[in-house]
Amino acid sequence: MSRVHDLIYNTFFKRNSAFVATCFVGAFAFQISFDLGTTAWWDYHNRGKQWKDLRAKYIQAGDSAEE
Amino acid sequence: MLSSAFPRIVSRVGAGVKPLSKARFSTSSSNSTPFLASKTAITSSTLLAGGSLIWYNHLYGLNSLLPEASANSAAENGMHPTKQPFEHYGPFETFNHASIRRGYQVYREVCSACHSLDRIAWRNLVGVSHTVDEVKAMAEEVEYTDGPNDEGEMFQRPGKLADYMPAPYPNEEAARAGNGGGLPPDLSLIVKARHGAADYIYSLLTGYCDPPAGVKLADGMNYNPYFPGGGIAMARVLFDGLVEYDDGTPATTSQMAKDVTVFLNWAAEPEHDQRKKMGLQALMILSTLTAISLYVKRFKWSYLKTRKIVYDPPKPARHGPL
Repeated sequence: MSRVHDLIYNTFFKRNSAFVATCFVGAFAFQISFDLGTTAWWDYHNRGKQWKDLRAKYIQAGDSAEE
Repeated sequence: MLSSAFPRIVSRVGAGVKPLSKARFSTSSSNSTPFLASKTAITSSTLLAGGSLIWYNHLYGLNSLLPEASANSAAENGMHPTKQPFEHYGPFETFNHASIRRGYQVYREVCSACHSLDRIAWRNLVGVSHTVDEVKAMAEEVEYTDGPNDEGEMFQRPGKLADYMPAPYPNEEAARAGNGGGLPPDLSLIVKARHGAADYIYSLLTGYCDPPAGVKLADGMNYNPYFPGGGIAMARVLFDGLVEYDDGTPATTSQMAKDVTVFLNWAAEPEHDQRKKMGLQALMILSTLTAISLYVKRFKWSYLKTRKIVYDPPKPARHGPL
């Protein structure tokens, strides 16, 4: 336990550069994962109602459409 | 009475007029004025009563407290619309975009004969109800005046994505002349602009009926109990089977009214879906941060809150003053 604690402390907290980098990378990773998570729930909750669920019905093969 | 309920208040108030020794230890006394009879109480209650009267009249008008005779009946304000089970009602619900697509068809084939939709451009439909190719094709069917060209003349060209929805009339006077004096309102923000919002639009479109006995309508007016006053220049326009949906939904009156209401609600609030999703995310983050900050505050203050301050009096001198 104490070795794990030391490892974490020495890796992330001891040097200020490592600590700041941890904060920034952590914020970045959290933002992406939070966004993916809430979007997944949102799309599940609203399945069948949004345009992305209908789009396939109206898009024709070979269309240049982006949306 | 007051003195028995609030002995401390009475004794404090009485302290000003009575000797300190008497006020401190007696909760009531026969010769002191009760607080409610004091000049302070009378003045402040008069000020409170007068002030609230002035405030009320300022808010609701001078005659609001007097009985008034009115020629209006409740019907003059229009019937309150029933709350409808729209799929986008609720904090986490998006619009039903299939319904927006059908509603656009109803608007295009029925409503747009009289009503403009000034604030919606063709490009707004892309990614909401139609693909970009469909919208391009629809826009190209409309002729727009553009220019001036090199010779300084205006010219006609087919519509582009950036063009706004074509208006049925060039100006308000033409619109009134074409509709017996009534101006069909622009529908871009109509859902936001009416009490009852989507419920009202739906109720209005489906609520046409014969006028009740005794109600006289002006020439060219139609009766609709949801419209304030009852007489509306627009006639009932939605009838079963008026349009043919490309997704096979039966085009009943209520279905078309629902779809066009959802479409108009989208036109008034195009940010709706994104707004609700961002609201969910913001609430999650902000409530977490609030909980963390409350915890940190309690954590940091726990030393101050739990400490005990003990007064240790100096020991009296062994030989006191003589």
